[in-house]
Amino acid sequence: MTSDLTRLTADALAAKLASKEVSSVEATQAHLDRIAAVEGAVHAFLHVASDSALAEAADIDRRRAAGEQLHPLAGVPIAIKDVIVTKGMPTTSGSKILEGWVPPYDATVMTKLRAAGLVSLGKTNMDEFAMGSSTEHSAYGPTHNPWDLERIPGGSGGGSAAAVAAFEAPFALGSDTGGSIRQPAHVTGTVGLKPTYGGVSRYGAIALASSLDQIGPVSRTVLDSALLHDVIGGHDPRDSTSLTDVWPSFAEAVRNADVAGLRIGVIKELQGDGFQPGVMERFREALALLEGAGAIITEVELPSVEHAIAAYYLIMPAEASSNLAKFDSVRFGLRVNPKGGGTVEDVMSATREQGFGAETKRRIILGTYALSAGYYDAYYGSAQKVRTLVQRDFAAAFANADVLVSPTAPTTAFKLGEKTGDPLSMYLNDIATIPANLAGIPGISVPAGLAAEDGLPVGIQFLAPAREDARLYGVAAALEALLEQKWGHTLLSQAPDLSFSEMNATDEGAV
Amino acid sequence: MAKLMDYDRALELFEPVLGFEVHIELSTKTKMFSDAPNYFGGEPNTNITPVDLGLPGSLPVVNGQAVRYAISLGLALGCSIAPTSRFARKNYFYPDLAKNYQISQSDEPIAFAGSVEVELPNGRLFTVPIERAHMEEDAGKLTHVGGATGRIQGAEYSLVDYNRAGVPLVEIVTDIIYGAEADAPELAKAYVSTIRDIVVGLGISEARMERGNLRCDANISLRRRTPEGEPPAPLGTRTETKNVNSLRSVERAIRYEIQRQAAILDDGGTITQETRHWHEDTGQTSAGRPKSDADDYRYFPEPDLLPVVPSPELIEELRAALPEAPAIRRRRLKTEWNFTDLEFQDLTNSGLVNEVIDTVAAGASPASARKWWTGEIARTANAQGVDATTLVTPLQVAQLVALVDAGTLTDRLARQVLEGVIAGEGTPQQVVDARGLAVVSDDGALIAAIDEALQSQPDVLAKIRDGKVQAAGAVIGAVMKAMKGQADAARVRELVLERATALPE
Repeated sequence: MTSDLTRLTADALAAKLASKEVSSVEATQAHLDRIAAVEGAVHAFLHVASDSALAEAADIDRRRAAGEQLHPLAGVPIAIKDVIVTKGMPTTSGSKILEGWVPPYDATVMTKLRAAGLVSLGKTNMDEFAMGSSTEHSAYGPTHNPWDLERIPGGSGGGSAAAVAAFEAPFALGSDTGGSIRQPAHVTGTVGLKPTYGGVSRYGAIALASSLDQIGPVSRTVLDSALLHDVIGGHDPRDSTSLTDVWPSFAEAVRNADVAGLRIGVIKELQGDGFQPGVMERFREALALLEGAGAIITEVELPSVEHAIAAYYLIMPAEASSNLAKFDSVRFGLRVNPKGGGTVEDVMSATREQGFGAETKRRIILGTYALSAGYYDAYYGSAQKVRTLVQRDFAAAFANADVLVSPTAPTTAFKLGEKTGDPLSMYLNDIATIPANLAGIPGISVPAGLAAEDGLPVGIQFLAPAREDARLYGVAAALEALLEQKWGHTLLSQAPDLSFSEMNATDEGAV
Repeated sequence: MAKLMDYDRALELFEPVLGFEVHIELSTKTKMFSDAPNYFGGEPNTNITPVDLGLPGSLPVVNGQAVRYAISLGLALGCSIAPTSRFARKNYFYPDLAKNYQISQSDEPIAFAGSVEVELPNGRLFTVPIERAHMEEDAGKLTHVGGATGRIQGAEYSLVDYNRAGVPLVEIVTDIIYGAEADAPELAKAYVSTIRDIVVGLGISEARMERGNLRCDANISLRRRTPEGEPPAPLGTRTETKNVNSLRSVERAIRYEIQRQAAILDDGGTITQETRHWHEDTGQTSAGRPKSDADDYRYFPEPDLLPVVPSPELIEELRAALPEAPAIRRRRLKTEWNFTDLEFQDLTNSGLVNEVIDTVAAGASPASARKWWTGEIARTANAQGVDATTLVTPLQVAQLVALVDAGTLTDRLARQVLEGVIAGEGTPQQVVDARGLAVVSDDGALIAAIDEALQSQPDVLAKIRDGKVQAAGAVIGAVMKAMKGQADAARVRELVLERATALPE
């Protein structure tokens, strides 16, 4: 009976909790049971907070029983990407350098989740410091794609996407610097939205690249992402880059979804060469459905997008090299004392040598180089100019389209280990998601079906002008409804039964 | 011990070229980028938040009051205020720097292109060009334990107190200063003193050098003089002297560096570009770390903060609220107080102008306020080796002057009362009461003493009655002695003449 609870959307579960048909302790326990059953195969979590989750759930049940007015999502379990600092729960950002660190404070999004009464199940796996597209750069081992355990779940937020796709949590928090919410959603058949830059507080999100990072929702339905976004969004005086806008209800935008007359601009540069045929097939099918529902499909050009990856791989490591300087062993985290002692510089150096993984070191070196005297103008300076050009391209495109659309990523999930030796090809996987981060605009990935050639999930990405996140929820919800109407079921209902595959995997020694 | 060249000889051979970086800690309630109290005494690592510790995930938020203070200071320095200024990260690893970068301002400071008029002790007016004033955060404080010197070399371990991390600073950077010539040491002192006056006048910092609220890094280089008609020699290599914690040290450090560098250059040596550490006790500088223009801090715009865009209205509001500039104020006061050039110069050099202003405001006449501060109080301070301002308050001096003016105290008694006030015995009135120092103004007691003195000196009495009033001196002296000095001599004289005629023959 309780296992069914894990198949519910957050919205449906919330309704059962509100009507007291189900208790939060029951719902939480069901998810903890599911985690226990599938984690051996999936490894979506770095920390499962069973005790505190059940205590939080019991508290919600008690308050509900006492007749307290609770938030509609109170008592619903949630998974938290380990990039977000959580009081009382270890926070590592996927790195050995923070192993065992329990923050003394909560990120603003955590404060908001707690205030709304959501129950934190634990912390999800990710590429170290969110640097990667596969979770293979996690210092704690990769997460496996629930659709095919030998494949990547995307990254950096592969843990959150896999947890949601594997029914370990109804929804989760992710973070997106160059696609870390949207690309995992694409390869796991889930929904993920990167809000407008400044739409959600970054306070307490361990920074990768401050000018690109955004926290956002990951879920199985568009409505659940919207509901979660409504909880975590809004101005935070602790984040200077947080917008002071009063945001509309995103859940309302989902409920009022209508694409009639909506101008959808297909990004010319983000299709064709390098895009898998099965990905393009689902993409075109989705466009046809939207057109059938009254949307106006046009084509737009973003000429600077071809330089976006190059610019991104200068700006992101530049900011990261500075953001990661604080990991020096003096105040928190790992400390490695060199043999025979040494100066504080020696200790810092030994700690960073041992505590950081190869990809992190690669990006620190790249970024340090890009900011160095004599190179700054050519690298960081030029990259910022490209960023301005990308922003201008988007502004021009949005003059002729309400939303833009592209496949979320060029291919379906690749195999674990397939690209770890080839960083450049790994970086290219983010070609369609990176431009939104450079421009600060919102983007959503919503499932478009399975690729014919490999049977793996494909996502479609919609982009909107800054502050128009609601528009994305509308178009994504409309497409979701059209597709599910066509299929007669949700996409994730077709995902493998993991309690079974776990057994297989264990038998085969694949995990 | 470094070889030094005679100062006058050094000036014959070389032209001193100066530059100053003055850091001012702003007295805001909270820190530059966090809501921790802006207070770094007390238990180490208590006035801190995740932001001050640079904990993962924490973000800075600019303190609006610090921005207003910085704008006011920029305006007081005659600077232009940037319509848009930006914070930048200055990246370097050091354990007192929680994030291993300092949030500062690089090529877009909040204030730029100003000047400060400075008056030297010899009356020379000098305009110091200001390149910029920018906002930044202070670092934590390191304590090196286990070494003999308390410095990092030889220490076994070091402790970090992050209470000071994030304290708001404004750094004022001068342009290169030419033409100070032999006045260079005095100019340095006068410049820092003027900056201190400006900052105190604005009320934006405690500006106590001994507490590090105001810190001066003094850059100096020597340029060899060339015969007339020949092109000037290129600028020399500079040193940057740090740890200069008093106005006197600023002057001494500059003089020392001129003599040291001149000796090296004259011997055919070269100056190493480096920081120099000033030692107050020995009056010397020692080599710090090498500093090259190529130090690479990898500055880039701070992505966690938005540009600072003060509205023109705010800038005008702050401009309108600026107090009078110290130089202008000095000229005004000199006229108002009717001081001679020499008197005002003495007062300026004593660094006690503000005390006199406050004493006058508390009711004393300018002349008596100046007399007490530059006289007895300054002498006592000098003897005790302390700052005159720590001994008494302007209010206490004004009260003392009032007692003298009222005839309650003679100058001699007043000095004793001052001594009591300095010793912490209370207000001047309390000291007068406790020590019983008041002038005897009870005519009855005086008359009794006078009558007795006159009667015991009949010959004197006779002379007075004959109109030889100067003979009264002997009686006055006797009376004053009888009253143990606690009488007003003028009043005694009046009464002696009165009693001489009143007494029965």
